[in-house]
Amino acid sequence: MKLKHLSLAIAGIAAAAISVSTMAQKKYDTGATDTEIKIGDTKPYSGPASAYGTIGKAISAYFDKINAEGGINGRKVKYISLDDGYNPAKTVEQVRKLVEEEEVLFVFNPLGTPSNTAIQKYMNTKKVPQLFVATGATKWGDPKNNPWTMGWQPNYQTEGKIYAAHILETKPNAKIGVLYQNDDYGKDYLKGMEDGLGEKAKTMIVSKVSYEVTDPTIDSQMVTLKSSGADTFFNVTTPKFAAQAIKKAAEIGWKPTHYLNNVSASVGSVLTPAGLDNSKDIITTQYGKDPTDPQWANDKGMQDWKAWMAKYFPTGDVKDASNVYGYAVAMTVVQVLKQCGDNLTRENVMKQAASLDITLPTALPGINIKTSPTDFYPIEREQLARFDGKTWVLFGKVYDPGGN
Amino acid sequence: MSKTRVIWIGLALLLVAAMVLPFLVKNYRVFQFNLVLVYAIAILGLNILTGFNGQISLGHGAFYAIGAYAAAILMDRAGLPYWATLPFSGVLCFVLGFLMGFPALRLAGHYLAVATLALALAIPQLLKYKLLEHYTGGVQGIVLVKPEPPFTFRFLDQPLSADRWLYFFTLAVTIVMFVLAWNLLRGRVGRALVAIRDHPIAAAVMGINLAMFKSLTFGVSAAFTGVAGALGAVVIAFVSPDSFTVTLSIFLLVGLVVGGLASIPGAFFGAIFIQFVPNIADELSKSAPAAIYGVLLIVLMYLMPLGVMGMVRKLWARWQPGAARLQASVKPGTSVPVPPDLTKESTT
Repeated sequence: MKLKHLSLAIAGIAAAAISVSTMAQKKYDTGATDTEIKIGDTKPYSGPASAYGTIGKAISAYFDKINAEGGINGRKVKYISLDDGYNPAKTVEQVRKLVEEEEVLFVFNPLGTPSNTAIQKYMNTKKVPQLFVATGATKWGDPKNNPWTMGWQPNYQTEGKIYAAHILETKPNAKIGVLYQNDDYGKDYLKGMEDGLGEKAKTMIVSKVSYEVTDPTIDSQMVTLKSSGADTFFNVTTPKFAAQAIKKAAEIGWKPTHYLNNVSASVGSVLTPAGLDNSKDIITTQYGKDPTDPQWANDKGMQDWKAWMAKYFPTGDVKDASNVYGYAVAMTVVQVLKQCGDNLTRENVMKQAASLDITLPTALPGINIKTSPTDFYPIEREQLARFDGKTWVLFGKVYDPGGN
Repeated sequence: MSKTRVIWIGLALLLVAAMVLPFLVKNYRVFQFNLVLVYAIAILGLNILTGFNGQISLGHGAFYAIGAYAAAILMDRAGLPYWATLPFSGVLCFVLGFLMGFPALRLAGHYLAVATLALALAIPQLLKYKLLEHYTGGVQGIVLVKPEPPFTFRFLDQPLSADRWLYFFTLAVTIVMFVLAWNLLRGRVGRALVAIRDHPIAAAVMGINLAMFKSLTFGVSAAFTGVAGALGAVVIAFVSPDSFTVTLSIFLLVGLVVGGLASIPGAFFGAIFIQFVPNIADELSKSAPAAIYGVLLIVLMYLMPLGVMGMVRKLWARWQPGAARLQASVKPGTSVPVPPDLTKESTT
């Protein structure tokens, strides 16, 4: 009898202890419960940048897959993505709706440099994570001043450093001419290049010429660059101007080693109008597998992506790299939430986002995602690719200027 | 009870409702209502020009942007308090609008619409221009500090938060602007503007200085929209070229038409439409929110061809027992509100 009582008592105490300990483990902030995690997002589904809206649909479709497979640690993801029309004023309104009315756990992958600039102060004051923002500006990795904001894709400065490293390796006495768009994007690239060259930047860069987005052509800038005697050309331009620059260089008979920023690496919208022959031997960087590249036809990662597209996002375009982007960035956030376990506080989301070390199946071989409490730049490695007249061909090693 | 007394009581009730409303909802909703008031002032400005004076502007987003940037630069660079920036924005936009009024004299109807459209297209580019970049912040824009309330109290168990304080500030400015517009438009000036819209030659014969009136109207209209822009900048606490694309100008025009041309209270309905309907469209479809928005707009204009205020007037007339008695009850000297002749508008 006594023994029975004792065992019952022990069982009772043990049960209480277990429930207490699980109670202690489970920690939630607004937006997370035993059954659900609420994630908010803004995307331009309408307006001038609506082509990027497909990223939001891809992310949503990826969460559909996760939910169909049982969710993350037993919790379903509820993804609320709102239209901001690429208008920062609207982004402020929609993000406030997400945080104050929908009460999401965090805001994930809002798109656009101006939109994210508009909400950064709000997010950091409210202490709600602004996680994996969809822009390449360098200012998103500043944990000291903005501990609640984190980027995702390689930033412009990192890319500039990679070109600098390649120049130093292959042509240490190069005379570099730079053409850049006169805004934060252009200056970010230039800074990366200058930092990468270090002390030698002053002597190696023989000419820096800028243009305004409002300029009709950049013909005179190209002539200036040629007459400066540069034998290496760093082309920091958006698609329209990139095509003009490639064409003009051929017209005036200037044949430098040509580095083209990844922003304008599209074969269809830049190299084809500029002339595929004129574009031969241009060098750029890449970090993800291109869905149109035949070399990934039998790649496991890309086959899985295609199967997912067919099942969960059949209306999406299988040629659009934005759909690979959405898939990959959603995969990253799922990893963060897996790492969070039952501690779904905003603080822990940022903590786990700042302790990632994974490799995505859609990234190029050797390109990883790595963060730390002082490193808020998830993807920093990139590989160079040379245009062979038809497609980009990867070559050389994987560069790692950020020490990922 | 006379009609004017009904209107006064109605206005008083509306004001009380507008004062209590922010304490019944969350801060985010207060922020949205705040934007409604801001858009209402902007649409009122456009209405003075387009609704009353018949000059079509597709470029009022430009004045909104200039007002917003003027306020932002004054706060950011000169350290001016937010409330002190409004007169500067208003005066600056008045001058620019007045100057814009001169080419407008030579351009009528659709030609003026296209000229003002060019203004709307040029502004985002100009804001990024090299020489101005130092002040405007280029593509990055300017991040502002949201003003804190000068005092706090609790009402209905809700504190006077920064959003609620700004709402009351905007509400006060809105009332001032609407009273100004009402004073301007109900008297001789208002009649002159309408006369110019309906028959410029007859108006000139009656001794109205067309050139001066049209330019001044442009200036006043721009000043209203500029003040709205300044308020918008304070409320959102951020300005950038992407906030003021040509879409904004089009939305203001949509708000004007939805609310009702040549109607002062119509501006509120227009503002409610442009603030909330895009959100509804977004909730209905992620694939084509703009198309849903367009369909909603078409349906609304089909049901209310003269805008919301046109509908209200129609219902008011029907609710009154018999048109004859309506006429009889009108005192000598007051005019029966007549909706503007839209067919005439589109043919001139």
